[in-house]
Amino acid sequence: MKDRLEFHPWRALHGSTLEDGFSAMKSTPFFSNLKCRECGRLYPKQAIHVCDFDFGPLEAAYDYEAIGKVLSRKVIESRPHTMWRYRELLPIDGDPTVGAEVGFTPLIKADRLAKILGIRELWIKNDTVNYPTLSFKDRVVSVALSRARELGFEVVACASTGNLANSVAANAAAAGLKSYVLIPADLEQGKVLGSLVYGTQVIGIHGAYDQVNRLCSEIAGKYGWGFVNVNLRPYYAEGSKSMGFEICEQLGWRIPQHTVVPMASGSLLTKIHKAYKEFIQLGIVADTPFHMHGTQASGCAPISHALKRGTDIIKPVSKPNTIVKSLAIGTPADGYYAIHSMKQSGGSAEDVTDEEVVEGIRMLAEYAGVFAETAGGVTVAGARKLIESGHIGAGDSAVLCITGHGLKTQEAIVGKCGAPRLIAPNLREFEEKIYAPDAAAASI
Amino acid sequence: MPSVRIPTPLRKLTGELEVVQAAGATIAEVLHSLDQAFPGLKERICDDAGQVRRFVNVFVNDEDIRFLEESATPVKDTDEISIVPAIAGG
Repeated sequence: MKDRLEFHPWRALHGSTLEDGFSAMKSTPFFSNLKCRECGRLYPKQAIHVCDFDFGPLEAAYDYEAIGKVLSRKVIESRPHTMWRYRELLPIDGDPTVGAEVGFTPLIKADRLAKILGIRELWIKNDTVNYPTLSFKDRVVSVALSRARELGFEVVACASTGNLANSVAANAAAAGLKSYVLIPADLEQGKVLGSLVYGTQVIGIHGAYDQVNRLCSEIAGKYGWGFVNVNLRPYYAEGSKSMGFEICEQLGWRIPQHTVVPMASGSLLTKIHKAYKEFIQLGIVADTPFHMHGTQASGCAPISHALKRGTDIIKPVSKPNTIVKSLAIGTPADGYYAIHSMKQSGGSAEDVTDEEVVEGIRMLAEYAGVFAETAGGVTVAGARKLIESGHIGAGDSAVLCITGHGLKTQEAIVGKCGAPRLIAPNLREFEEKIYAPDAAAASI
Repeated sequence: MPSVRIPTPLRKLTGELEVVQAAGATIAEVLHSLDQAFPGLKERICDDAGQVRRFVNVFVNDEDIRFLEESATPVKDTDEISIVPAIAGG
């Protein structure tokens, strides 16, 4: 049985005809339908994302009874270290044909940062080194583009604040799909270049992300392209669950007491929450108490502000004003559900100023050795405030989800980390200006 | 009359028309006219209390009506109204 379920991404990539595990999986409908989160109506597994009757989001539905018969810790541990080791819980029918190597990023125990933040135990889920484009978006794109191929799309596209554009561009290039990425025209240079280099069509829109998003919805409706976060969104969003699965496995098959997640649309937080619940339902982890916490930048914090007001009615932000462009979504699609995930789990939300974001980036770098983009600064600075306010107990354990690499948003910290000290290439100047042996000896 | 862009999930009700004309001086009146022409359309967009559903965005030209006067937002004959599913992006 174990052999029949074993998954080899390289076989998938190179078209092996071997009678391997995937062949067995194809005939087993683990992923059964799309289902409206609001009214529960079932839909076929097509490129659709909202319910015809109430516009509620469609979500992948699974046959957990069938999954429970084949998926176990032992089976998962026997597979390659990628996000696809949990493939029964991801919504494609056949082999993953795009991004088969994505995921299983490090979970780092960050003792020095824990001490600075004032918490007993702290872990960093480090998606700054996710493959291939250094952000968690590689997870969602791997699922979305694999599904796009199954559905026969030849053109794929996205609305993006940067990281998603990078990942769609790279993975589409590798897969031989034509791609268009639509972004606000004022994004960081690293994120623009990080898309252009792959030969994708980069379309800069004179407007905020929400305007880009609306345009993409209209294009998707008119031209039928595979927009990963519009008509392929039910598949795309599920990819984020893999971050939650990995956290549990890397902690030794347990759910962390606290998980701190940056929020833009709110999707990542809801999907990590879903991952924890699925593992509990399947008996893969114990049903222990856990709390989901969300963080935003104060210049665009519609979800955090709603939760703090004690409501699930999101007041949209018409003009986001923050250096954290990757989280600058004024009308968050999953805000309502993110609020309910936080409330159901006894979690909380926090938002931080741009100055605190820069402090967060520096703390993460100086005390954990991880260089994160601005969203990472939001997570660290938000976690610090949640610990200070007692929402996360000082004696507890927490995981911080760090979602993108700092080289992508260098503008945020240029001039705020000092500058190199410049000297002539000789020992005399080194000893005069940099390191005086007598003074060093005296200080020992 | 203002023109209204119909999203894909509602085009079954409009005979696959992408853009239709609908009379009215406010968003609420336009939605009422739409329902007269295409029965059942309003209940898809509005909840039982008559409010635009949580997962629907309505724009007058380029502005979200939630930043204007919600259903009471005035519209002119030359305005373009778009109904767009809210669940997208991120």
